[in-house]
Amino acid sequence: MVEKIEHLEMCGITKRFPGVLSNNKVNIHIKTGEVLAILGENGAGKTTLMNILYGLYQPESGKILLNGKHVSINSPREAIALGIGMVHQHFMLVPTLTVCENVILGLSKSFLVDLKTAAQKIKEITDTYGLAINPDAFVWQLSVGEQQRVEIIKALYRGANLLILDEPTAVLTPQESNELIQLLRNMAAQGNSIILISHKLHEVMALSDRVTVLRDGEVCADVLTRETTQEALAQLMVGRKMAPCKREGTFSPGQTVLELQDVFAHGDKGTEALAGVSLTIREGEILGIAGVSGNGQKELAEVIAGLRHLSQGKITLNGKESTKMSPARIIQQGLGYIPEDRLHVGSIPSFNIWENLILKDHNHPPFAKHTFLKKKAIMAHSASLVATYGVKTPNLETATGRLSGGNIQRVILAREITRSPVALVAAYPTRGLDIGATEYLHSKLLEARKNGIGVLLISEDLEELLSLCDNIAVLYEGSVMKVMPVEATNERILGLLMAGIAEET
Amino acid sequence: MNSDIIIIILATGIRLATPYLLAALGEMFVQRSGVYNLGVEGIMMMGAFAGFYATLQLGSPLLGIAASLAIGGLMGLIMALVSVTFKAEQGISGIGLYMFGWGLSGLLFRLYVGGITSIEGLKAIKIPLLSQIPFLGPVLFDHNMLVYTAFLLVPVTGFILFKTSWGLNVRAVGNKPEAADTLGVSVVRIRYQCLIVGGMLAGLAGAFLTLGQANMFADNITAGRGFIAIALVYFGRWSPWGILLGSLLFSLADSFQSMIQVLGINFPYELAVILPYIVTIVALAISYGRVWAPAALGKTFQRGTRG
Repeated sequence: MVEKIEHLEMCGITKRFPGVLSNNKVNIHIKTGEVLAILGENGAGKTTLMNILYGLYQPESGKILLNGKHVSINSPREAIALGIGMVHQHFMLVPTLTVCENVILGLSKSFLVDLKTAAQKIKEITDTYGLAINPDAFVWQLSVGEQQRVEIIKALYRGANLLILDEPTAVLTPQESNELIQLLRNMAAQGNSIILISHKLHEVMALSDRVTVLRDGEVCADVLTRETTQEALAQLMVGRKMAPCKREGTFSPGQTVLELQDVFAHGDKGTEALAGVSLTIREGEILGIAGVSGNGQKELAEVIAGLRHLSQGKITLNGKESTKMSPARIIQQGLGYIPEDRLHVGSIPSFNIWENLILKDHNHPPFAKHTFLKKKAIMAHSASLVATYGVKTPNLETATGRLSGGNIQRVILAREITRSPVALVAAYPTRGLDIGATEYLHSKLLEARKNGIGVLLISEDLEELLSLCDNIAVLYEGSVMKVMPVEATNERILGLLMAGIAEET
Repeated sequence: MNSDIIIIILATGIRLATPYLLAALGEMFVQRSGVYNLGVEGIMMMGAFAGFYATLQLGSPLLGIAASLAIGGLMGLIMALVSVTFKAEQGISGIGLYMFGWGLSGLLFRLYVGGITSIEGLKAIKIPLLSQIPFLGPVLFDHNMLVYTAFLLVPVTGFILFKTSWGLNVRAVGNKPEAADTLGVSVVRIRYQCLIVGGMLAGLAGAFLTLGQANMFADNITAGRGFIAIALVYFGRWSPWGILLGSLLFSLADSFQSMIQVLGINFPYELAVILPYIVTIVALAISYGRVWAPAALGKTFQRGTRG
């Protein structure tokens, strides 16, 4: 039987990765029945710290005390034996196996797998905590919320009484999140300890007893949740006062820079993804595209960028028809594009930062002369962009794919905006980014607007759209439901339109 | 066509299916654990030579079989070392292993044997009573021990893969190694084990050619069977019964075409020879896409360097 974890402490943990000091003398502690939130921005070192506790990484220095005794954890197996369980952000489940098989994986010492006994034990666990799950279902058949429950069952089945959850609500719907919060509360009440890694303030506030804030690999605060506020935590996490970005100044649009007239296009599966979209974007305007993703947003961005053929309709960019132009011509014509998939479409992950920064200009002066790259000019240009846009990187030779999401987005943004486009298409630019990076991106989009660029902002985040856009269009099943000035709308109206319900007025 | 000819075609088909079955069932484990071993053909060549040479020297086909198993396992171990431990590109390591086995077996043959030498191979074992059944008896129950072994391995490997703890580990490692790793299942160990078992079965498949069919060794005696075995793993959707079906389809077509030649039917010889290959290509083409392929197939496993 696993000894119960009454008290666990990590003291002076230091972990270095090439070029990055991920954890610097970090101390945390937790006692039984407590929910500890570890809060920090992406890259603050939260996940690294937990991977150390779970035995996936070894720290350079520091120690782990369990019930006052020094323990060394060299592998997940040893962590499990000590009663530590982890639910990873990206689920560690084998989709082609059943729930039951996933749960007992790695445990069965006998020659034959005994699924019956396992199913029984799983039922005991699910009954104790009120988790409904069918042990014979294949994991690929389950919803994301159910898969997360399987992960929790997996840890409990192994006798875990300290559970680590890495960004548990990142992939859940609001309803599933509430269920999870209930469940974790219940588990803590029954004497388990829970460590929650998160950068979402409201979930930290709703769930935790105590918050340890990490910034740049160091603990910068350790506070009781009931004695703090969301604003105070946000400030601790980012390290400065947050000023939410708001559109300011009067809206005085100039000439039309991008116009779509009755555009039709097919999606990847051959079905109609865009069905007669007409939009107009003018200089100094941010036009928001609201909608549940999968309603034609991806295709909309791609037809404008020339990456997808139109089956019908016309696009005009900067006064010229761009319907049949190649992507290269469209770029020349003045289109900037921040694609949805920043890692694989927006950049080439294995390329250095400087290579990604000149992707669209590598074939002409000042970066190239007679087909030869001018390394000096390129490096000077790249260094200045990295400094201006605050890209956190060991150096310019670092592979872009090794950067955090927020930093990759900064690289893309730097490339697109410094080319002074007349129009900019930004697809879900802040998806998955932390507060600091999101705030930065917002400020840059507003700056682009001020400089007279026409911006098309595709987003699922209504708050973001309402605070940045001049006009908002709602896309539903490939058609524009309505284009409204931002003053004339609110979350409720947008929500109804996004569900395909046209207003009766 | 009279029934004797049908019996011969079927019995030959069963016998010819043996090397494909053995090699493909071995490769099934390898791929189920997430590794492509394109070196099957080379391992078969080494197994064929080892089986032949041990039998020639020691006078016992059983020792020949043991030698082919040992050499096959060793070849699998080499593949594991290169592709799992040193993390070399699997496709390239496999091709290297193929050329290594192919060249080395030919070289050893020339050095230690020289010319065509016959050996006393495996004898057919008539199963008492069962072999007396009309029609089925001669088709199914009058073969050498490796034929029986290969067919028995179909349910046995199915049982191992789907009912045992080890089989569960193999399936997990080939589909989501990261998950297996976090649960304390050693990805490296499972892949080593699968590659060694796969190598042993490929070695045995080679031994069948020298001990159970030709009773001699010659250059290129495997004639591409190792590569066909790999195709059969795909055709069989990584399941023993699917592989059995594919092997039989191919070998029966093969046996049928040789009968066309033996009977002197007026049919172009060149076309007859390609018949089994056409059957395989058509079968592969009409069977659906890579739906059930192990998700981690061909991917080198490495623990993340940053979390």
